[in-house]
Amino acid sequence: MNQLSNLKVETPSDREVRVIRNFKAPAQLVWDAHTKPELLRKWMHGMDGWSLPVCEMDVRDGGAYRWRWRNDDDGQEMGFFGKYIEVAPYTKLVYEQHYDPGSLGIPMTSESAIITTEFAESGGSTTMTVTMRFASKEERDAAVATGMTDGMEQSYQRMDALLAG
Amino acid sequence: MKAAERLDLTFLALADPTRRAILSRLATGEASAGELAKPFDISQPAISRHLKVLERAGLISVGQDAQRRPRRLEEKPMREAEAWLERLRSIWEANYARLDALLAEMQSPAAGKSKKNATRKRTRRSS
Repeated sequence: MNQLSNLKVETPSDREVRVIRNFKAPAQLVWDAHTKPELLRKWMHGMDGWSLPVCEMDVRDGGAYRWRWRNDDDGQEMGFFGKYIEVAPYTKLVYEQHYDPGSLGIPMTSESAIITTEFAESGGSTTMTVTMRFASKEERDAAVATGMTDGMEQSYQRMDALLAG
Repeated sequence: MKAAERLDLTFLALADPTRRAILSRLATGEASAGELAKPFDISQPAISRHLKVLERAGLISVGQDAQRRPRRLEEKPMREAEAWLERLRSIWEANYARLDALLAEMQSPAAGKSKKNATRKRTRRSS
């Protein structure tokens, strides 16, 4: 697992989390890897030991998608589903995301989040920016933990080290 | 209490700026409810409510001194929350590392020559 430090995590507003990652490939390929089920299933395993047996995607404005992960050991399942809001090939993908706790039952968000993925190609590599906008600050904090925001200086520093990789 | 329920309480407790400021203050040393109320423009009962939420989440505890009842920071729940975040981050990174490999494969000369073959090869390798 190289390029560990390449992954950036930011909190642009109190309802959002932003993940930025660079890939050594043109935008079209990074886009394909996010929009073609047969490609997405190859890499978006979720957690280690999990696979993505249900991966249905109708990638167009208003089209629906459904992802369901399964733990290959104990058969537990969880997933996400929703609709595409904006599909601009090779540049921008916006979709709503509902959490499906499945049999795993881990609490996360109760309201849907809006996920915006932007692809910016430069010199043959692509910077991908994923912005997750939650229904409220509380929902975001529940999803990603709070120490990243103000206060909590002590844990903030530990978190910085953590996020820097 | 289950780990997931404890995390819920931790995140709920952390989702308020006054409570985070209280924790920030306690990170520098223990303090009584009165001392904690001072920097904030809110009533003593309001502070007490915040302290109760923090206590319930196990983020703070009350010291021995029965009169002063000093509050002090408990680090364990915070560490659990951090561990959770770290896990989330490692999940992203593991996924993206796989995507790196896939993108490299899609760009290899073999993938360009015969798309069908390359797809078949990739499927076999990943199964």
